[in-house]
Amino acid sequence: MARQTPLNAAHRKLGARMVDFAGWDMPVQYSSVIGEHEAVRTGVGLFDVSHMGEVEFSGPGALDTVNALISNDLARVADGQAVYAGLLDERGTFVDDVVAYRFSPERILICVNSSNREKDVAWMKTHAKGVAPVDRSDDYAQIAVQGPKATGLVQRLTKTDLSKIGTYRFAEGEVAGVKCLISRTGYTGEDGFELYSAAGDAVALWDALLTEGQQDGVKPCGLGARDSLRTEMKYALYGNDIDDQHTALEAGLGWIVKLDKAAFIGKEALVAQKAAGVKRKLVGFELTGSGIPRHGYAILKDGAPVGEVTSGTMGPTVKKAIGIGYVPTELSAEGSTFDVDIRGRAVPAVVVKTPFHKKP
Amino acid sequence: MADNIPGDLKYTREHEWARVQGTSVVVGVTQHAQESLGDVVYVELPKVGSTVTEGKQFGVIESTKAVSELYSPLTGKVVKVNDGLSDNPSTVNTDPYGAGWIVEIEPSDPKQVDGLLDAAAYTALLQNS
Repeated sequence: MARQTPLNAAHRKLGARMVDFAGWDMPVQYSSVIGEHEAVRTGVGLFDVSHMGEVEFSGPGALDTVNALISNDLARVADGQAVYAGLLDERGTFVDDVVAYRFSPERILICVNSSNREKDVAWMKTHAKGVAPVDRSDDYAQIAVQGPKATGLVQRLTKTDLSKIGTYRFAEGEVAGVKCLISRTGYTGEDGFELYSAAGDAVALWDALLTEGQQDGVKPCGLGARDSLRTEMKYALYGNDIDDQHTALEAGLGWIVKLDKAAFIGKEALVAQKAAGVKRKLVGFELTGSGIPRHGYAILKDGAPVGEVTSGTMGPTVKKAIGIGYVPTELSAEGSTFDVDIRGRAVPAVVVKTPFHKKP
Repeated sequence: MADNIPGDLKYTREHEWARVQGTSVVVGVTQHAQESLGDVVYVELPKVGSTVTEGKQFGVIESTKAVSELYSPLTGKVVKVNDGLSDNPSTVNTDPYGAGWIVEIEPSDPKQVDGLLDAAAYTALLQNS
């Protein structure tokens, strides 16, 4: 039996098409993936992301404990800030990618992928030196409000001054009378918020956002649009673009790896890899022939397999067949060309600058 | 939305439809198929003049999320393909039985069409699935 978020009945009432996603019964679309995608690019969309996990580190030494587990540096940001980070293993490859929220040096909350929750909690319990992690996932629901009209919508429902919350910053407040962690983060490339509430308050918050958002043309959005939106931004998806076979440097996520901070798991491997040179890189490309690149397709150079597509779609906003994949470093520069093996056809592709979608 | 299943067409278990038109047969996917697929963003068509075989794959239809195979309802030769789908693949969603047609096949044996499901049988198939 698939797990359900507190909003499961609400999705069914809205006529969502439900699918199994990493053991969760989740909406893949309500009306149309492209329509939902466009709503987020031009207006506002709501996503139930309550399947994401939350792990709390609470007590003296929490910051140091977490900093030794993640690749980014929580000591470098202030209370009320969040960082995107790798939860890496000793080889510098990913156990997961996470967002860590710094409430104070004594309280850190880590948001993890639903598909990795149990693995992450076990990993953190094994490797945490100091404060012990507590899996709070079942206590939280999470609703993402994303799009150029997201701030206006949320602001009408809260007394918290949202203009004071910058990107990757958060505040605790009330939205529609529901206590929330109001975080200016997202996975779409648009402005917006992720609202963490108590699981029991999720329906009230969801309904209030849908009702108040009518004047903005708000649309509930499923995992389909979430995937096409993040692909147009080249945001990594665990299990597709990042995994325990590719390092953070190969994934092009060197910016979330602070090699100059104190010891963290994976640091030595990444220092060594950086010195030796990174042999393959995750790139964004467009097809110049016809077709759509998909996860798992081979990347060919002169007919020989040299890499693999990790994500791909027909970008609804960029209106091009776009893909993400690992290629040898010598083929990673913008303008490099290779082929993608689409059902036996070698379809030409070119490496392009990412994100694919640039804000107008 | 109720499934739209025109009475004058023939159907396959893979949710293609077939319409006899003179000596050839026009083929597309059903309303049910396009709804299940979601937004169609790419259709890979066979070449005009190529041979297709009943029950065998002759093309591919892709939505934002998924790749699905198209199976030929008949054995025969492709005499026309819907080139308009390369620029407007979403026509499969908006008009699956009309402008969203996919290929036109000249069957090697015109009687093959009689072996396909009629509208009543296809309706029953959907109700029992």
